[in-house]
Amino acid sequence: MSTPAATQASPAPQAIPASEPPPAPYPTTTRPYRQSMAERLYLPLVGGLLVTLRHFLRNLFHPGRMLTIEYPEERRNYSHRFRGHHILTTRPDGSVRCVACYLCAQACPAECIHIEAAEHPDVNIEKYPVVYEIDMLRCVFCGYCVDACPEEAIIMSNNYDMAYFNRDQTIVGKADLMKPYTFDEGQLGYRPRYPEEEAERAKMRREAFSLVEAARRARI
Amino acid sequence: MPPSPPTTTAPGGASGAPDAASGTAGAVASAAGSRADRPQATVVSDLSTLYQGVRSRFPVDSITPVSGDTAGLDQPTWIVEREVLADLARELRDNRETRFDLLMDVAGVDFPDRPERFEAVYHLYSVPRNARLRLKVAVAESDPVLPSLVPVWNAANWAEREVFDMFGLRFTGHPNLSRLLCHEGFQGHALRKDYDSARRWILTEDKIYKPHFDLPAGFLAGQGGQVQTASSTHRGSAAPETPAAPASIDDDLFERMTINIGPSHPAMHGTFRLMAVLDGETIVASDMEIGYLHRCFEKMCETHTWQQVIPYTDRLNYCSSFINNVAYCRTVERLLGIEAPPRAVWARTILSEFSRIMDHCVCNGTTLVDAGGLTNFWYMFQPREEIYGLLESCCGARLTVSYCRIGGLSQELPPDFMARCRRLLEIIPPFVADVEKLCDHNRIWLDRAVGVAAISGAEAVNWGWTGPCLRASGVPFDVRRAQPYDLYDTVEWDVPVLYGGDVYDRYRIRNLEIRQSLRIIRQLLDRGMPEGGFIVDDPHVALPPKEKAYNEMEAMIYHFKLIMDGIQVPEGELYLPTEGANGELGFYILSDGTAKPYRIKVRPPCLPMMSTFSKLIRGGSVSDAVISLGGLNVVAGELER
Repeated sequence: MSTPAATQASPAPQAIPASEPPPAPYPTTTRPYRQSMAERLYLPLVGGLLVTLRHFLRNLFHPGRMLTIEYPEERRNYSHRFRGHHILTTRPDGSVRCVACYLCAQACPAECIHIEAAEHPDVNIEKYPVVYEIDMLRCVFCGYCVDACPEEAIIMSNNYDMAYFNRDQTIVGKADLMKPYTFDEGQLGYRPRYPEEEAERAKMRREAFSLVEAARRARI
Repeated sequence: MPPSPPTTTAPGGASGAPDAASGTAGAVASAAGSRADRPQATVVSDLSTLYQGVRSRFPVDSITPVSGDTAGLDQPTWIVEREVLADLARELRDNRETRFDLLMDVAGVDFPDRPERFEAVYHLYSVPRNARLRLKVAVAESDPVLPSLVPVWNAANWAEREVFDMFGLRFTGHPNLSRLLCHEGFQGHALRKDYDSARRWILTEDKIYKPHFDLPAGFLAGQGGQVQTASSTHRGSAAPETPAAPASIDDDLFERMTINIGPSHPAMHGTFRLMAVLDGETIVASDMEIGYLHRCFEKMCETHTWQQVIPYTDRLNYCSSFINNVAYCRTVERLLGIEAPPRAVWARTILSEFSRIMDHCVCNGTTLVDAGGLTNFWYMFQPREEIYGLLESCCGARLTVSYCRIGGLSQELPPDFMARCRRLLEIIPPFVADVEKLCDHNRIWLDRAVGVAAISGAEAVNWGWTGPCLRASGVPFDVRRAQPYDLYDTVEWDVPVLYGGDVYDRYRIRNLEIRQSLRIIRQLLDRGMPEGGFIVDDPHVALPPKEKAYNEMEAMIYHFKLIMDGIQVPEGELYLPTEGANGELGFYILSDGTAKPYRIKVRPPCLPMMSTFSKLIRGGSVSDAVISLGGLNVVAGELER
């Protein structure tokens, strides 16, 4: 069966003999549900009321089993992978670990990272970011910058409270990105590696951060 | 009239005719048995001789099959002259052997260097044959006119409007060729390659969308102006009486009232605008304006690398964003010629099914809220909340997961993945059972939903429906069964089919599908997590592990190169279907061999359903329209991209 629109609006093809439309292999009518006598008499509603009564009593006597979270007094426990506000990590001396390689800005699908690089006084480190800004209104929190960073210089926290008074504040600079959460492991979010997974990582982390060292090793 | 059981798509799909008389209409397809029992579910290739038969009816050089390696990895492609397009389409649909009765999608492509600059790409699917075919028609910029295929497939209606909107191709014979996604005052065609995307337009109220009410002929003129409500749109036996014919057009305008619902109306899900002509409380005609959430997804894909598109796909159907990730990554992987490792495929299948459950929970929950049943909303949202917890522990985000990468997953599964999944298997069924207990036999809900917005299977196919809504109309088409991917052909599950085709059966089939999804997950969990990595070990596709990138020069170079240059996808085109939560989600991708997609076209499953909406609600009341919209599970992020 074709629809009414198809039969009305279509001129038959002239030159080519059209083959017979085959009977539809699907139902051409609908068969709606037919109510039984019990349903007409609203009898199954009793079962429904018992369901709601059961939930009511359970919530009354076991309020701890309710899934409701009384935000903001109570907060959800997110995993250690939560993709929240970004953090720029620091070296032991407190300087920013970022070497301004622009990989994060390149990988960002939302194009929300702005970096301006400058020469670093230390000869072992080529560059550092004079300006490192993230536009939090553009950011989609996909974590691509963390994946892209070859220095573990940008990671994410589990902070999702980002409220600002005006749009200028939403462009977050280096100072704000370096300030928070740096020392509290519990507030860290998405990052290349997680404490529960490996123990030897601290060592690798220490080793990994000199590009010169890595280049020298590779040449040998 | 009993529906003839379909024979090819779902084995055992509709083996038992549903027992309608006893009030338990609808048959869950009986167990399909082992893998060997099923027919080979690949795309049928022995249609080639038959294609010859169809081709022989047309002039020799009007149809050119593309052959060889350039043909694409997916489906046969024909390049068709536009003169024969309309006849060929009708022939392909009506030929007893080919029967391409489902027009999946119409995509436009722009090649500024070619003499015939534009290409319209039609993706056809044959439900009985389980076969696919792509038709390509090239037109020049000076004469961008094509015949409209609306007379053949109603699904072409909005699809062609979208191509007109984005590329400026015109379709002769289209009933309402106006812009679909962009504002009426928008100038130019955004997906043309030479469109300056930095250009800004001031869109004013003097150019607004003019509703196209497809009133019955002679309706407003008062010539026998019967409200032509198809019998299927009436609610069951209680069909409203057809209003008397107006004596004149003045009477008519006096009697009828045109109201506007939305776009910022909660019942229209915040983004749709419905204009309805009312006769008393009955909707006699209506039109839908969409596009309020259009955000140039396809245009943005063309300026980003293949990998960067993944976060954008999250925002398509945001109720089940993981399935979008999978659908996109699968398509690119196929074009790259790589396969995700077993562990990634296993996790993708499990998490896709959880996402499907979540999507069905949202749909049923909100539909019942629209009908006034708030309790069900809380019950349905509790399992969803827990599934979000699982996804968050995997990838760090609840809604916009971005967990897939081309070649696998973004990171290892969490250590407690199995335990969390097992826990979910425990807690989901009671909530679904509670909702069923509250609603399935509740006369208040039955009176609201049974027979409302009903559509028969044959019509639904012609309108391009897929997914649960189509299966609620008696057509057992499911991509997971018809063209299995991931691990769906290694587990036992059934395709539920119901025959009401109304809001009630759409609600009920989602509950049935939740059960089947749980069944799939349970089998996969019992099988255990496969060994191996979570992403392919190919530095041209996947970033090297961080330890290597920190310590080894070679890995670091690959790391830099992959991020700076992106994945180089070989030249080619591909359309790959995936069963999204509300139908076939297809990505049609075109690569010119560079790091950025040349064209990505999404086949959103809810666009054809939304285009049917005006037809569905005709003859019902405004409150019927509200729950009809909920039952279709139209998600604006995917509809408008």
